[in-house]
Amino acid sequence: MKDISKEHLVWMYTKMKMSRYFEERMEKAYMEGKQPVFNIGAGPVPGEMHLSNGQEPAAAGICVHLKKEDTVTAPHRPHHNAIAKEVDLKRMTAEIYGKKTGLGKGKGGHMHLFDPAVKFSCGGIVAAGIPHAVGAALAAKKLGEDWVAVAFIGEGAANAGAFHESLNLAALWKLPFIVVIEDNSWGISVPKSDSTCVPFNDVRAAAYGIKGYLVRDNDPFEMYRVSKEAVERARKGEGPSIIEIETYRFLGHFQGDPELYRDKEEVPTLRAKDPIERVKSHLIKEGMATEKEMDALDANIISEVDEAYEFAINSPLPAPEDALEDMFV
Amino acid sequence: MTDTKVQKLTGSKAMSLAIEQEMLKDDKIFVMGEDVGKYGGIFGSTTGLMDKFGPDRIMDTPISETGFIGAAIGAAAEGFRPIVELMFVDFHGVVMDQIYNHMAKITYMSGGNVKMPIVLMTGVGGGYSDAAQHSQTLYASFGHLPGMKVVAPTFPHDLKGMMTAAIRDDNPVVFMLHKTLQGLGWMDQIPASLGPVPEGDYIVPLNKAQVIKEGTDITIVAAQMMTVAAMNAVAGLEKAGINAEIIDLRSIKPIDKETIFKSVAKTKKLLIVDEDYLSYGYTAEVAALVASEAFYSLEAPIGRLAIPDVPIPYSSVLEKYVIPDANNIIAKAKEIMES
Ligand SMILES: Cc1ncc(C[n+]2csc(CCOP(=O)(O)OP(=O)(O)O)c2C)c(N)n1
Repeated sequence: MKDISKEHLVWMYTKMKMSRYFEERMEKAYMEGKQPVFNIGAGPVPGEMHLSNGQEPAAAGICVHLKKEDTVTAPHRPHHNAIAKEVDLKRMTAEIYGKKTGLGKGKGGHMHLFDPAVKFSCGGIVAAGIPHAVGAALAAKKLGEDWVAVAFIGEGAANAGAFHESLNLAALWKLPFIVVIEDNSWGISVPKSDSTCVPFNDVRAAAYGIKGYLVRDNDPFEMYRVSKEAVERARKGEGPSIIEIETYRFLGHFQGDPELYRDKEEVPTLRAKDPIERVKSHLIKEGMATEKEMDALDANIISEVDEAYEFAINSPLPAPEDALEDMFV
Repeated sequence: MTDTKVQKLTGSKAMSLAIEQEMLKDDKIFVMGEDVGKYGGIFGSTTGLMDKFGPDRIMDTPISETGFIGAAIGAAAEGFRPIVELMFVDFHGVVMDQIYNHMAKITYMSGGNVKMPIVLMTGVGGGYSDAAQHSQTLYASFGHLPGMKVVAPTFPHDLKGMMTAAIRDDNPVVFMLHKTLQGLGWMDQIPASLGPVPEGDYIVPLNKAQVIKEGTDITIVAAQMMTVAAMNAVAGLEKAGINAEIIDLRSIKPIDKETIFKSVAKTKKLLIVDEDYLSYGYTAEVAALVASEAFYSLEAPIGRLAIPDVPIPYSSVLEKYVIPDANNIIAKAKEIMES
């Protein structure tokens, strides 16, 4: 692990911690107005809510190698991806609160965040973001830029037609494209083993003649390493890659999911292997940071997230008639 | 139907009961879809069926939608009677070719020689901030395309009876359940989602609307949550001296025009309320039918309320603005009465 610089490890830790704390606050914010009787449409943050607690290494481990000009598309569970791509946190939070100051002026919501300044987007239709990233990679190639495009998806999306068509195109045109499959074992209630006969999706790379990587056990360091190689290859024009990472879903598919389909033991086992703690103890053990420095870092992260929430909470709601605006430009 | 026992059920229980009763009688029926197994369907339409019928007949699918909906077509042609679920109507873009070019056309293109006894069930509707890709009804998008019966029942009684009819029908039926009418524990609990349902099997025809409140002054035509909104407007309308007749469409395709014409002949006025987009929606279809075939019944211009041709926005204030509600209905009805 000596191959990862302190700067990069601290960056990854920061994004992972920020993402986790963001989601923990969101868990509480989401429940406001939904107690004692849960009602998905009630409270300041209504609608479906898919949180990413546990899945942080997938996002931070590759985004550490990306720059502003690189494109990222994400699915319905997008907050960790957005934070790692450095989406404007205040405006993202405001969007989730449905405020006028949000990235989409309250029109998009948590599944539909668009921040063109850092080339980030996400959407609620499974697998739909994959071809968008292929298109961004095509654009980079046409422009002669060394930009790459990364599509984040869940392992369930790897069984959708859009996945296969996109990879075939990206391979055919040798595009700077990477798909990161966040394998959290579940597509809502359906386990990966009931969705495909392929135990790990890296082997599917062979079907398109591209590179496949597998990261076991949510390992942030390994995610860093394989992503570095895949991004470098893409920038050099060596074509697309599939990266699959075995990751953890600490929470339900969505908030309010009764989770009757999974073993009660699963989550505590996963939580005991918290990837954020792994990076932190590594930093301390290797003498890259002291406990005190880490505490100070945490305090900064927490206050940045808190500020974003304050901004969102204190922002005005859109006017009802704003619903009719922004149809065409 | 007369001597069968009646129980109070939610919309989702009524649906799953219909599926269960038909599956017990016909082993050619099977269910496919995402999370229809242990989960019982995201909107509860297959609750308990996995325990009763096992994974051979209640099949959880991967997110391979062109695959499994296309497979329903192939299995139907072999004599099976698949019930397929694709969670939200919004997701059908992924698999539309299988639906409108194949499922809907094969019977016709084969000169009636190939049957397509498929029920395609899906959740529709907004009102709970699920935003642009999870809140549509798309009634008209399906109603527009020939070759499919499209139903959108409101009350548990009709959800059961129309599901039974859909399963027994030898043609493709798109069965739209409204999420808010399923009586789900995690949604808004509204009285309309719980209602009397006969225990035994029975059929509600796939092509009949129902007058759910008689009145003399104006006909309000609606479906699902807009029917509920119209019922919620009744008190306000009465206060304004308007005695409305309310028709619950139940069937989007075909539209039961006789029931509508009969009502308009009595009330002379018409307001159509839709949770779908305004342009080309059923508000336009019903208005066109009345204007071309029952024009001389009318004493005032026809009123239309629907989503004003924008995607459904996320923020509650915006969403409330675009989805018609009881207040919009009262205001529009007054306008028509005064015109
Ligand atoms: C085309 C389409 N089909 C189905 C859904 C419903 N749906 C939302 S998330 C999901 C499961 C996705 O699983 P996975 O890709 O593994 O991502 P995860 O939720 O585990 O992060 C499904 C079936 C959808 N949003 N879009």
